[in-house]
Amino acid sequence: MYVIVVGAGKVGYHLTRTLVAEGHEVTLIEKDPGRAAELAADFGETIVVGDGCEVRVMQDVGMSRAEAVVAVTGHDEDNLVVCQMAQRQFKVPRQIARVNNPKNEAIFHDLGVTETVSSTRIIYSLIEQEVESGESLLLTALKRGKIEIVTVNVTPSSPGARRMVKDIHLAGECVLAAIIRDDHILLPSGTTRLEPGDTVIAVSRPQDQHVLREALLGAGAQLGRGGSADT
Amino acid sequence: MRIVILGCGRVGSTLAAILTGEGHHVSVIDRDQGAFDKAVQRLGPGFTRETVRGIGIDEDTLRQAGIEEADAFVSVTNGDNTNIVAAQIAVHRFKVPRVIARVYDPIRAQAYQEAGIHTVCSTTLGAGLFHDLLLGRPLRNVQDYLDTIAPQIMHRQEV
Repeated sequence: MYVIVVGAGKVGYHLTRTLVAEGHEVTLIEKDPGRAAELAADFGETIVVGDGCEVRVMQDVGMSRAEAVVAVTGHDEDNLVVCQMAQRQFKVPRQIARVNNPKNEAIFHDLGVTETVSSTRIIYSLIEQEVESGESLLLTALKRGKIEIVTVNVTPSSPGARRMVKDIHLAGECVLAAIIRDDHILLPSGTTRLEPGDTVIAVSRPQDQHVLREALLGAGAQLGRGGSADT
Repeated sequence: MRIVILGCGRVGSTLAAILTGEGHHVSVIDRDQGAFDKAVQRLGPGFTRETVRGIGIDEDTLRQAGIEEADAFVSVTNGDNTNIVAAQIAVHRFKVPRVIARVYDPIRAQAYQEAGIHTVCSTTLGAGLFHDLLLGRPLRNVQDYLDTIAPQIMHRQEV
């Protein structure tokens, strides 16, 4: 695969090394000549000095034949513009952006960049899992945000508690994929009964989240998004 | 009109002053307090109704500056990408009726203009103006500069 990485900070650096080690062709674009010079010993011609948002630079590195562009600079606005320009001007099939401020993730998605990584949000989710303060948590999104995997903690007062899976009304394509009960992993069948203390791992579309919420937690409960303010 | 301006540099502050003088309600956002201080020195304390210190692509900052009630939003920071992203947020998230972004890079200015964001490329305007003044040619209108200068530059890119 030919991948273009924009931004040679720590993330860009390690990502490039990993991709190269796996046999992919990579060009790493870095704006700062000093930083590029530092890395030239490691990367040779893989690293190019330039502003990854400039069309001329994109042309020079063969953006139109790239299978993916990954924007991992420290500035969200730069990452967004790299992805949008790659998409529009060069029709690159995949654009992946790092989002530094978790509040910006929703904007990226609204503006057409759906494959985003916010390390703040991921780490926050991990912390929230430890603290178990939320009733539920978004673990990850797949298929460019069209599918979400969430955990739901069943409490004694949840409408889903002590009900069989087959009696829980879940519309749309919403699957209860696994139940974690006292550190055991159960594959739910229709007759499995949810117990208070269970953590359910559910797979659904974002637009069906409210169905899941009402069925398992009751009307008015909020599914957690791992810290980003979201309705 | 309620107007939110992102970027309190020369253009942003001057624009704010003119609009405030015309009776409009202006808020100016900048991430640097120093920018506001300089603007006050140049234009006096009444150059704008309100200043908001913060990051222009942060929704909370934009809300604080009144973007939800704004009739217009202009982004004139010295960063093209900030201007472009803030303008997109104003259009898509906040549905502000009139949104303009200053973009220095002629190619990005055109690309985003084609994608529905009104951009003003001060680079092509400036270069065109100086060109005509230098060669003693009569000045053209703004749209003429934007239409004719940009392709001249972009054609060179394809060489």
